[in-house]
Amino acid sequence: MAIDQKMLEEIIIGQYPAKVKRNRRKHILIRDTSLAAQEIEANTRTIPGIITNRGCAFAGCKGVVLGPLRDMVHIVHGPVGCAFYSWLTRRNKAKSDDPGKNFLAYCVSTDMQEGDIVFGGEKKLNRMIDEVVEIFHPNAITISATCPVGLIGDDIQSVARMARERHGISITAYNCEGYKGVSQSAGHHIANNGLMEHVIGLGDMEEPPGKFTINILGEYNIGGDSWEVGRVLEELGYDVQAVMTGDGSFEELKNAHVSQLNLVQCHRSINYIADMLEKKYGTPWLKVNFIGIRATCETLRNMALYFGDESLIQRTEEVIARELARIEPLLEPYRKICEGKTAFCFVGGSRGHHYQGLYEELGIKTLLAGYEFAHRDDYEGRQVLPNIKPDADSKNIPELHVVPDDRRYRLKLPAEKMEELKSKIPLSYYKGMIADMKDGSVIVDDLNHKETEELIRILKPDIFSSGIKDKYIPQKMGVPVKQLHNYDYSGPYAGFNGAVNFARDVSMNFVTPAWNYIVPPWKNKPLLEGTVQDS
Amino acid sequence: MLNSTPKELIERAGGAINPAKTCQPIGAMYAALGIHKCLPHSHGSQGCCAYHRSHLTRHFREPVMASTSSFTEGASVFGGGANVKTAVNNVFTIYNPDVMAIHTTCLSETIGDDLPTYIKATEVPEGKVVIHANTPSYVGSHITGFSNMTKAMVSYLAEASEENKKEQANIIPGFVNPGDMREIKRLAKHMGVKSIMFPDTSGVLDSPITGQFMMYPKGGARVEDIRDSGNSRITLALGSYASADAAYHLERKCKVRAITLKTPIGIKATDDFLMTLRSNFVKEIPYDLEEERGQLVDIMTDTHYHFYDKKVAVFGDPDIVAATAEFLLSLGMRPVHVLTGTPGGVTGASAGGFEREVKEMLDQSGVQANIKAGGDLFLLHQWIKNEPVDLLIGNTYGKYIARAEDLPFVRLGFPILDRSMHPYLPIVGYKGAMRLLELIGNALLDRVDRDASDEDFELVM
Repeated sequence: MAIDQKMLEEIIIGQYPAKVKRNRRKHILIRDTSLAAQEIEANTRTIPGIITNRGCAFAGCKGVVLGPLRDMVHIVHGPVGCAFYSWLTRRNKAKSDDPGKNFLAYCVSTDMQEGDIVFGGEKKLNRMIDEVVEIFHPNAITISATCPVGLIGDDIQSVARMARERHGISITAYNCEGYKGVSQSAGHHIANNGLMEHVIGLGDMEEPPGKFTINILGEYNIGGDSWEVGRVLEELGYDVQAVMTGDGSFEELKNAHVSQLNLVQCHRSINYIADMLEKKYGTPWLKVNFIGIRATCETLRNMALYFGDESLIQRTEEVIARELARIEPLLEPYRKICEGKTAFCFVGGSRGHHYQGLYEELGIKTLLAGYEFAHRDDYEGRQVLPNIKPDADSKNIPELHVVPDDRRYRLKLPAEKMEELKSKIPLSYYKGMIADMKDGSVIVDDLNHKETEELIRILKPDIFSSGIKDKYIPQKMGVPVKQLHNYDYSGPYAGFNGAVNFARDVSMNFVTPAWNYIVPPWKNKPLLEGTVQDS
Repeated sequence: MLNSTPKELIERAGGAINPAKTCQPIGAMYAALGIHKCLPHSHGSQGCCAYHRSHLTRHFREPVMASTSSFTEGASVFGGGANVKTAVNNVFTIYNPDVMAIHTTCLSETIGDDLPTYIKATEVPEGKVVIHANTPSYVGSHITGFSNMTKAMVSYLAEASEENKKEQANIIPGFVNPGDMREIKRLAKHMGVKSIMFPDTSGVLDSPITGQFMMYPKGGARVEDIRDSGNSRITLALGSYASADAAYHLERKCKVRAITLKTPIGIKATDDFLMTLRSNFVKEIPYDLEEERGQLVDIMTDTHYHFYDKKVAVFGDPDIVAATAEFLLSLGMRPVHVLTGTPGGVTGASAGGFEREVKEMLDQSGVQANIKAGGDLFLLHQWIKNEPVDLLIGNTYGKYIARAEDLPFVRLGFPILDRSMHPYLPIVGYKGAMRLLELIGNALLDRVDRDASDEDFELVM
């Protein structure tokens, strides 16, 4: 069943208290392609008590951006919970040639106690830094703040500065207190600023190591995604200098300035660095998408076009042809299972868009999509950026202003070539999710529990893709669920092999026999059976 | 795996590395889910609530509902009164629970939000209840949070409304799984003792699939029963850290005698639980329980050679670990490293004797051991490197140590994130002891099979 504006008002929004009604109306859209532009409200504060899926700035900073960097020890300054919950729960995989330089299995917390709240926690933080250096000898250390740190006035920036001098390694602090901004998004921005200011460019490389040197930005190697992407890129002759930050390292990151192109997979979490790298070093960025076969092929072609090398362009076509020939037969049986089904696609700040293409390739139509914490540009495209007014809740997230680097800034391509390419490929541009959505589909920002339940009842999707907190809710209703944050502990889902894995996982979910047993046989059969005899 | 953990112990004071505890609010959220038609509410910034829901959901593989005040920076500086007021209004209008159980985080505790005042100033619909507990994350652990929310149930709800006490027992089960709560209720029922269990997450966090989502499942302690707990003869607090505070508060408030017992894991603690019911209600132990006990002892004698003298490292929450250590001793095993992340002697709590309690038990059995409250898994791993063990018992985080040191591993406690079924099946009571015995025995014997040469590979063991 489709949904129209009237149903939206009556069934969902209509049940809210007046103030909530006014608010939520602006966060829900029904796609109408006859309109030139459709505006949505996003990145505003969460309504108290609404049962949101959102997390906090700490999760966005330490959990998402910093945490995957494998050769750094990430100290969480706060009571024990924040460190504990972000310990190995995102599946950002990493491997290291030196097993002594991969610290992802460690959870380091200053474990603040009452006394630290009363008398300040800087002393304990200093002590932890010293212990971490003594025990782990990491290449670098990060310090992430949690809620009480800002309130009690611990100056973690100066603690980091002094510790840097004391130990002679990079030690950086991130003021990502959980209450900053309105969601994880603030944390992305804070992490981006810190890495840009203190890490990227710290290395002494001046020239790219290869002919086609790139960075992959906003790719966290969930379930091995970036390894599958890397497999293909390597074969094509690309040198991946740094991945931000899945299986990333301080050692690679500090020389990220030498790359000739930055690929942006997750626009929301890393567009700040992409933008700043362009301003400071002259490196353009390309919006890429390695989720889905068509998107992956298009991305590879766009990359080849950027470098404009004939043999690279040719090799790209050869690899694409070979990979397609290999995976198409593998996908066929899954397509038969998936064809004609429908999906919800509600994920953090980027996958809500990216997975729609992959679903479509399997014959699954996306009825609803949305983000927890994306901004208007992720929905509507970057052209709306000048129109976005910062509100009171996000004004306090610092903007880092960079200027062209005297020594290292160089144009990677002539200006006229750049302009020509921009008309063909998404260079330093992202068109947003709405552009790709079909008429009548629903777009929801910061989807809450109430809306989840109601929209499932109305639209009856065949599969619900979201996260762990709402996984078991549709399942109780008999609706299969695919987690698109942690892939239900499977993966990779990116690239060519990822598409096959995804098709397999979604298909086995549809055909799992257990769905047929939900209703007990006695519910459909009368207790007593008999026949009426003619007298 | 864990290659950077050195064997040499160093003095550390900077905090925890690989903690064996988490923070208070998740315990409070779990306790609140043990009230029928209750929505837990987290008064802080929303990240806490998201993390606590996620972690509980990963352990139980069930929906975990909770709302949050969603603090912004403004509220963090000027107070969260408006946020919680808005939240209460929205929650009752949109989600319609019978009870809202509010807990706090390090944020609202540090700024000193005065919840009783806020709640008084908030309009609560007729027939609905709002209760609260202060659960600062920088004090104690998730067990402390469970204890504080359970105590709040007593403060807000329990009433001594009758002149004479009723022939019924309150049971505070502690931070255990719904399967354990079901088993404890079954034992009391078999004894013929009427019991009021709170909190009670059975039927909430082990609910069936029906094709309908029930925001408030059938289970949970009813508000009227928690009120009636003030009229009971006794309260059994199972596990001193998780349950004693609420029981003693009920004793002060409603003159219901509090009795603290170990979490009934293993034969001795289960015996104590039944004997306490027997003597307080003058009820004979029925034959079917005696039969279960006899079966357990039968198995223990049958298999003693699987267990005897095996060295074990056990970690987790204090009540569970102390009781498990006692069971290990009864199997002839030697718990040589015993650790909890929860600190002892928490401010304002009547509980806190983990190290002393465990040491007394081990001394009686002549076992020399490392024992620590407020320890972490980094330390436990170092202990194991210095004195290797035959078996590791603990929550999911132990699997990294088990892999690093190639140890047989039994998952026990909270959280278990990488296996299913555990919330349904008890570890308490004689039945639970049998299950635990099977888990331990299988882990040890699988290892013997794995390591045996072909000529030593046995058919019968």
